[in-house]
Parts: sequence; C-alpha cells; structure tokens
Amino acid sequence: MTADTEPKLNWWNRLANPGQFVAWTTPLLWPLTILTAVLFVLGLWFAFFNSPADYQMGDTVRIMYVHVPNAWLSQFVYATMSVSALGTLVWRHPMADVSMKAAAPLGALFTALALFTGALWGRPTWGTFWEWDGRMTSTLVLLLIYLGLVALWRAFDDQLRAARIIAVFTLVGAINIPIIKFSVDWWSTLHQPASVFRPDGPRMPGSILVPLFVMFFAFTFLFLTLHLKAMHTEVKRRRVMTLKRRLAQGGSA
Amino acid sequence: MIDLGPHAVFIVWAYVGVALGIAGLIGWTLFDARRTASELSQLEARDPRRQRPADATP
Amino acid sequence: MSAFAAMLRRELRLSLRGGGDVLTLVLFFIIVGAIVPFAVGPDRTLLAAIAPGIVWIAAFLAMLLGLERLFRPDHEDGALVLLRQAELPLSAIVAAKLIVHWLVSAVPLLLATPVLAVLLAMDLDSFGRTMISLALGTPALAAFGAIGAAVTVSIRRGGLIAPILIAPLSIPVLIFGVGSITSPQSSAATLFLAALSLMALALAPFAAALAISSAED
Repeated sequence: MTADTEPKLNWWNRLANPGQFVAWTTPLLWPLTILTAVLFVLGLWFAFFNSPADYQMGDTVRIMYVHVPNAWLSQFVYATMSVSALGTLVWRHPMADVSMKAAAPLGALFTALALFTGALWGRPTWGTFWEWDGRMTSTLVLLLIYLGLVALWRAFDDQLRAARIIAVFTLVGAINIPIIKFSVDWWSTLHQPASVFRPDGPRMPGSILVPLFVMFFAFTFLFLTLHLKAMHTEVKRRRVMTLKRRLAQGGSA
Repeated sequence: MIDLGPHAVFIVWAYVGVALGIAGLIGWTLFDARRTASELSQLEARDPRRQRPADATP
Repeated sequence: MSAFAAMLRRELRLSLRGGGDVLTLVLFFIIVGAIVPFAVGPDRTLLAAIAPGIVWIAAFLAMLLGLERLFRPDHEDGALVLLRQAELPLSAIVAAKLIVHWLVSAVPLLLATPVLAVLLAMDLDSFGRTMISLALGTPALAAFGAIGAAVTVSIRRGGLIAPILIAPLSIPVLIFGVGSITSPQSSAATLFLAALSLMALALAPFAAALAISSAED
C-alpha cells in the first residue's frame, strides 16, 4: 500500500490525518481526566479506609494496590507499543508512529514505579529491598528496554524515518520479552530453589479485590489520558518541525 | 488516618513515591503540551502562507 | 546462490583486509578476562568458580566492539544503497554479512579461549563445555548485535546507543551460555542456547534488512 493512494474517507483514513485525529479526540480528554480522578479518589478511599489488613502480610498488603496496577501497565504499555509498531510497519498509519513515541516514556515510568513499590513491599515481607527473583529481574530488563527505546527516539533527527526503524526494534523486543522471562525464571529457580513469593491469586478475599480492581482501572485510565495528551503534543511538535523547516527554506530562497 | 501497623514507613513511602512519580509525569506532560502549543502558535503567526495547520504537508 | 557466494567473498575479503581488527578484538577479549583477577584477587578456587561468567562477559563485550564495522562503512560510502538495488534480497545480503561477522569476530575468540582458560584456572572439563557453549551462543550474540547495528546505522553516533539496545536482548544468551557450563542442568541449558541461536539467526536477517531499508528510504 503506497502513501499516495486516493484517500477514502472512512473513519480509519480520517483517523490517519493528524489534524483530524486531534480534533476528534480532544473532546475525550476532559471526560477521561474526570473519570481517572474519580477512580483514584474511590480507589484510595478503598485502599486506606475500607479494606482490611491481610492476615499474613498485615497492612503492607496496601502496597499491592499501587504495585499491581503499575506492574500491569508496564506490560500493557509495551503491548500498546507493539500494536502501534505493527500499525507503522504494515499500514504506515501516521498516528501509530505518534502513539509509539508517546507511549515509551510513560511505560518506562510505570515500570520504574512497579520496581520501586515492589522493592518497598519486599523489604517488610521478604526482608530485602531487592531479590534476584524471576519476576523482578524480568521487570528490570523490561525497564532497560523501555529506556533504550526512549534513548533511540531521542537519537534520531528525522522522526518519520525513525518510526519505522524503532517499530522493527519494538517488535524484536516483543518477541524477546517472553524469552527473557523464561530464561530469567530458569536462572532464578536454579539459584534459589525455594520461591520466596507465591502469588495467591483466586484465594484473595473480595475486600482486597475491590480496591485492587478500582486502582487497576484508575491507573489504566491514567495511562490512556496521558497517552492521548502526549500524542496531541507529539502531533503539534511535528507540525512545529514542519513549519520551522518551511520558514528556514523560505528565508534562504 | 488509620493505623498502618509496624511497616507504616514502607506503605507511606510507596504511596508517596508513586504520587511523586505520577505528579511528575502529569506535570511534564502538561508542560510539554503548553510549550509545544505556544511554539506552534508563534510559528503559525510567522508563517507567510498561513496555511490551515491540518493540511501541512512536509 | 552465486550472488550469495560473491557477497560472502566480498565481505570476507573486506574484513580480513584490515587484519588489525581481528587482532584487536582478540586482544580486547583476553585483556578483559585477564584484568578480572587483578580486581578480585588471585585466589584460584574463586577464579575457577567465576571463570565461565568472565569468559562470557569478555565474549559479549568483544562482540559489541566489532559491531561498528558490520553496516557502518557500507552506509557511509553508499554501498548499502547500491546493495538494496541488487537482485539478491536485502535479507540474504544481511545474512551473508552476519555469517562473515561471526567468522571474523567469534571464531578468533573461540581460538583465544584456551589462553583465558589457563589464566582463570579452569579445569579441562569446564574448558570443553566453555568451548561448546561459546560456539553455540556466539551466533545469537552476533544476530542480536546485527539487529542493533542495523537499527542504529543511520544515527551519526549510533555506536554509543547500540550496546544499550543489544544488552537486554542478550541476557538470555548469557544466562544459558553460563548455565551450560556451570549448572547441574547444563544439557538443558545447552539445548536452550542452541535453540536461541537458531531462532535469532532466522529472525535477525529479516529484522535487520527491514530496519536498513527503512533507514535508507
């Protein structure tokens, strides 16, 4: 598919026009912001005032309400970037480039926060800030990949060309992340036979699940809001670059 | 405020750290948006052709 | 096939012409391995225990060092643009480059490993396993390196950013590489290492070719 086929005005192609995209999604920003704020207030109220302490971990279970959503986002953001990378490579969709670039720093921050809260949760429960446990280690590697992607975006001058190259690397990373996870799990079980941390999924009582779910959606909507806002900024930044180039050409001619 | 038990320090710091991180992210996103928007409006004012921004072609 | 063979010959001749490169690489590999005892002390049992890790780190760093010459000279003199016009698909060209890169940067390291094994007090048994694991694992390092080099080829100071991208991808290679020397389940690790190399070798030419053709547009 070449870039200069005659544009059919279905929603997909209209979404591909950056100006149209900004115009269409700007009305979504305020509702998203309000929804996120309400979810956070509700989630924090549940987390601190309306949920019991765990019978084993005591009050430290409250760290879970910020830890798990961040850990989920660290992977969800990468999935978003991978889908956007496919959009860039397969359909050459202009907004996919923008989405990919806007998501990378957000993912890096959420991953860093997941590690930070994990360390603060680990100290009282395991007795150490850092354990070379499979899950923590692969999250650390994920953070390194995010930071590499952010550095890669900053290294390119031509953002349009950068998008396709970075999309290739994002997808290579997406293929590699399960392999890294597997290898790190193999490695850590080899070095420490007894796992210190067993996730007790379905045995969690409802009183803990409710705040967890609310916070989960709060963080997810926070990401969606910030991602959309960052995409708008990126569209404007590209227009600034275009205008600067045009002014420079006009000045020299 | 409820009693957070013996590990209150860790819980409070986890929430404070996340709050700081998120606040920094929101602040930076808004700052970046404002800065880029103002730069764009300045440049559009200077643009001799004064095109509609939506059909700016490279 | 003959075009592929010609490509192999060209690459081999170009990379052997500057014979100093191979020597520098081998020296770097040995020096990294030889400098560790100065940092951790000359205790032979400790050295023997960490020797597999040292050898793998040295090999990893040495492979990173040689990446610059994989695509950059061809990018700078425009040969890469010409090669894209060739009848041979770009992925085959990248595969030829990858094979030659492995031949001129990993095989010398394998040949230099006995020196490190002696310096680091390895016994004969783990020396043999080190050779096997390096032989099986370096193709994966070369393949991930090729992807990193292709992604950064159009960045002027790409040499600085490529290692940052490659290192996280190479973690499984290091884990299974060292695991196949030291761990009790070394045969499983060896098989994983071989699988990783095969997969990386199958994937890398296409990914690197895609990145290069996007960069040269």
